[in-house]
Amino acid sequence: MSALLELSGVTRRFGGLRAVSDVTLSVAQGEVLGLIGPNGAGKTTLVNVITGVHPASAGRVRFAGEDITRLRPYLAARRGIARTFQIVQPFPGMTVLENVAAAAMFAGGASYGKRARDEAMQHLRFVGLAEVAERSAAALTLAMRKRLEFAKGLAMRPKLLLLDEVNAGLNAAEVDQALALVRAIAARGVTVLIIEHLMKVVLSLCSRIAVLHHGELIAVGAPRTIIEDPQVIQAYLGKRYAKSQAGVHG
Amino acid sequence: MKRDAWIAVLLFALVALLPLSGEAYWMRLGTTMLMYGVLAMSWNFIGGMAGYPSFAVAAFFGLGAYTGAVAQKFGMPMGFAWAGAGLLALAFAALLGLALLRLRGHYFAIASLVVAEVLRELVNSMTGLTGGGMGLNLPIPAMASVDIQARFFFYAMLLLAAVTFAAMLLTANSKLGFGLRCIQQNESAADMLGVDTTLYKVSAFMLSGVFVGVAGAVYASWVYYIEPPDVFDVLYSVKAIVMVLLGGAGSMFGPLIGAAAFLSLEELVWRNYLQVHTGVLGLMIVLLVLFLPKGLLSLSQRIGRRKMP
Amino acid sequence: MPLLYLQILANGLVLGGLYACIASGFSLVWGVQNVINILHGSFIVLGAYLAYFAYLQAGIHPFLSILIAIPVFYAIGYGLQRMMINRIIAAPVLLTLTLTFGLDLMLQNGMILAFTADFKKLVLDPPLGTIALGEMVLPVDRLAAMVLALALTAMLYLILSRSRIGRAIVAVRMDREAAALMGVNVPRIYAITFGLGVMMAGASGPLLAMIFPISPLGGPAYLGKAFVICVLGGLGSVPGAMVGGLVLGVVESFGALWFGPEHAITLSFTLLILMLLLRPHGLLGRKGYE
Repeated sequence: MSALLELSGVTRRFGGLRAVSDVTLSVAQGEVLGLIGPNGAGKTTLVNVITGVHPASAGRVRFAGEDITRLRPYLAARRGIARTFQIVQPFPGMTVLENVAAAAMFAGGASYGKRARDEAMQHLRFVGLAEVAERSAAALTLAMRKRLEFAKGLAMRPKLLLLDEVNAGLNAAEVDQALALVRAIAARGVTVLIIEHLMKVVLSLCSRIAVLHHGELIAVGAPRTIIEDPQVIQAYLGKRYAKSQAGVHG
Repeated sequence: MKRDAWIAVLLFALVALLPLSGEAYWMRLGTTMLMYGVLAMSWNFIGGMAGYPSFAVAAFFGLGAYTGAVAQKFGMPMGFAWAGAGLLALAFAALLGLALLRLRGHYFAIASLVVAEVLRELVNSMTGLTGGGMGLNLPIPAMASVDIQARFFFYAMLLLAAVTFAAMLLTANSKLGFGLRCIQQNESAADMLGVDTTLYKVSAFMLSGVFVGVAGAVYASWVYYIEPPDVFDVLYSVKAIVMVLLGGAGSMFGPLIGAAAFLSLEELVWRNYLQVHTGVLGLMIVLLVLFLPKGLLSLSQRIGRRKMP
Repeated sequence: MPLLYLQILANGLVLGGLYACIASGFSLVWGVQNVINILHGSFIVLGAYLAYFAYLQAGIHPFLSILIAIPVFYAIGYGLQRMMINRIIAAPVLLTLTLTFGLDLMLQNGMILAFTADFKKLVLDPPLGTIALGEMVLPVDRLAAMVLALALTAMLYLILSRSRIGRAIVAVRMDREAAALMGVNVPRIYAITFGLGVMMAGASGPLLAMIFPISPLGGPAYLGKAFVICVLGGLGSVPGAMVGGLVLGVVESFGALWFGPEHAITLSFTLLILMLLLRPHGLLGRKGYE
């Protein structure tokens, strides 16, 4: 399979701080890649660099063969890169349907009016929000807002979907629902990069996992290999635990 | 949209009957009201739809007035002078928008306010072209009678107001209008969803400038004498904002209602309390902001409670 | 450096000290509560009138009027914020600007009615004359005004950095929610800050009265300078207002020399726009502060 997204030596500096440091990573078409790491590891920053919110301080980002390092966010969106937000950001003054229609229109290429609305309704049905289509987006519960984010992401007709902590704040049942949705999306052929804290989600969903720590990529590979990688264990649980584990399994 | 369009046609048709009264006073008032309507509706593009607090109306108005005036001084016929003023305002708005629209909030407001001041000073200093501080006399339009002249300008403003309204209606119901709403709600989210925010904002800014520019030119021809502090008056910007606030930003007719209400109040105060008229205007603004920030239309919503469909 | 340039520089610095004083209060209010007080300029004018009439009718020297102005204007500012501005403190930029604009119209109209529209000039009798520094000549009244302006500004700085209230104000400026969580009464801090801002405006009035003619419509001119200074120096900090004020003073002085005094306003506003486009947080300010 060919690589859809290629990051080469991507670095992002804020003042003196390197939030993302020399990350080289490929995401193959059709795969579900998990991106994990302790808090502050730079995961969201990396997503921001990919989508063009923050330009990379160094390195290159290639998408479907095209260099998109300096591309503005709206153009990246139109190229087929969609993302959801950790802290959901709907358009509060508009209805749920209008929110999704906006995504369909501006990134998805649907024409203004009925086409966009019909498409939006389809996506809302897919995520199970069809009944609340005419409600104000601000009036939704957290779980519903997360599903709205999914719907918006899908309406953008993405080739690559970047999911940022879609499960934060959800209970166990809601997490299972979200998981099912992501599987359904991946089944449609969308390449997914998912930032996640919940190990059960990452392990059951992802074909590969990448681990960030202090902005650096410290491991990439199959889930089983990753969770036994001493560097990863050290990053999450500290040196001493890692050493003690190494002693146990050693 | 169709319903709004028909109501507008009716409204403008009614207003068009005003000259039948034969009263010069009412026609003058009507012309001013229509001009105010243009200013309010124009501000709505950038301030209401896009959510950028622009104080640039005075800049566009003065620019349009002087462009039209200078063009006429050099012999250009009135209609062409007005069109030229509109085009120049359009171009100026494009350049200004590209420069200023990356500022947000207070900074954008101040920058847009300051532009009018800078333009005024520039016009003041170009005495050769504009007459500077001594003002500019326009050629008096050659018309059969004072009454016909008054009617002519009334209908000119009416046409301009109708065109502005049509532009507003079409924009609100178009992709541009929808995109502007998204920008107003959450600009960075809109950007991420594929909205070309720069293009849309600048377009809204251009729309907020072109009709105001033509209004300025028509005004100049109507009063046939203008001076810099007269047409570059920051009060034009403030009045436009107040009128939209007064009428309510939600509906298509808000700006027009606000303009009518504002003008009535202004005229009442001017006739009866000349000495305190700016003070009363200030008081009106204060009361409006404190007690009726959603405008007059919100009153009607409170009175006739509507159900969610 | 040729004597002329030195003289112009000195003039600019003297003026700059005054400017710093008039801008510091404005910058504080904007930086702490994100309110642009359009009334600021007119309060300066009101303070000037206070000094004028105090001198004319009671022989009170303008320097003493400053002491009167301080509590009076503080009270006005505090009351205004508490009664009106606090109600819309969370409203969008547009509404707060429009509100203070409306209030300014009322104040200006009031001053026209009370004091008539002609220019008044406070002339000290006996006049303070000039002083020679080397080969430069400086008018004593301006020099004295600058010293007092700097004293006032320093006073504000000390309040902000040394007193408990001052530190609460700075805390609110940095992070309003965090300050509230720490027990700071934010609405009260807002009222105090606004009071301080108006106090600085009113207290600068007497200083300006000694140098410039007074007119009820003179507020916007001072306001314009305050804007430029805030953008030049960064919001909410006294050192910022200081830097901004001095820079503006010097720029205006040299600008008057090279382009003529009638273009002073255009020059400073062009500078404003350039700064906004290139470095909106000012020479000293911090990024991300809107």
